[in-house]
Amino acid sequence: MINMDNIEVVKVGMADFNIVKNPGMITTLGLGSCVAVVLYDAKLKMAGMAHIMLPSSKAIKNNSNRAKFADTSISDLLDMMAKEGMKKQNLIAKIAGGSQMFDFDSVDDVFSVGRKNIQACKDILAELKISIIAEDIGENYGRTVEFYTLDGSFKIKSVGKAEKFI
Amino acid sequence: MQDNLNDMHMDVLREIGNIGAGNATTALSQMLNKSITMQVPEVNIVEFKNVSAIIGGEENIVAGILVKISGDIEGIMMYVLEYDSVRSMLNILLNKNIASEDILGEMDLSALKEIGNILTGSYLTALSKLTNLTMIQSIPKLAFDMAGAILSVPAILFGKTCDSVLFIKTDFNQGDRDVVGYYILIPEAQSFDKIMKSLGVI
Repeated sequence: MINMDNIEVVKVGMADFNIVKNPGMITTLGLGSCVAVVLYDAKLKMAGMAHIMLPSSKAIKNNSNRAKFADTSISDLLDMMAKEGMKKQNLIAKIAGGSQMFDFDSVDDVFSVGRKNIQACKDILAELKISIIAEDIGENYGRTVEFYTLDGSFKIKSVGKAEKFI
Repeated sequence: MQDNLNDMHMDVLREIGNIGAGNATTALSQMLNKSITMQVPEVNIVEFKNVSAIIGGEENIVAGILVKISGDIEGIMMYVLEYDSVRSMLNILLNKNIASEDILGEMDLSALKEIGNILTGSYLTALSKLTNLTMIQSIPKLAFDMAGAILSVPAILFGKTCDSVLFIKTDFNQGDRDVVGYYILIPEAQSFDKIMKSLGVI
């Protein structure tokens, strides 16, 4: 197991992104319909995490907060990591979240945003040729996620469920 | 919801909050045939990113009851209770003594939904009477989870228009049982203007 003492912990809020270097951990709490995208450079052992609320900045007028949207958030996170020496060809991705917290009719636009967020993140990562090697997505419950740069493991915690690593 | 709310808007919203919570207390009292008292509700416009901190942090387990509003006004309303208050509420409603380690059953969840229905309904009825606008509420949906996850639903709705919400803290008492609940009202942007216009504020 990872020794949690003395490692740097970076917390990412809603509509926010950040990076952490070896041997740090990066986390976001209480993900619902939002999606956490982790980009990991396994050579540098550096990770970036984005907590994404909405699929696209292009569909919305009030889009000044770039960290809210899958397209602008992932692009800005890549820039931030590149400044620290990340090489795109070394990146892999892990994603979590995008649940439907309330069981309204799933065709309803508003309440299917979790699924749309997941799809948007997958499309963008595919376009960037970054492969998603693990995911814990959808369903109807919240998640707290922690990514460890030391070994690239991604811990998922949910209410009333056993913790798991993906 | 608009960011440029002035004092007059706030007074109107506060007054509606008062009337709504008053109606809810009366409805509860009559239904249970018990004396229920209410503190003056606190009405605020809160930045969304601060909401989960107010209700105990992103990982605090809460019950969220959500209804959709349709008719002249479109939007959603949510009533959020922390776990302690969920227990107090059920103890008042069902005359039980649920302890902190007890797991809630089907009956409890169903009672919670119904109370959410009454409480959101009372608020919306007050708003509807004052504005002369029809508001029809959907069947309530309930989720029990981390506050951050539950609040992500209204946050995302809001994310499309702006970053603040109408947040009303209510506090009911029955004997030494205390129920602190939070209303979060989220009208679509045009609906908010409609409400304000019909109240003569803009």
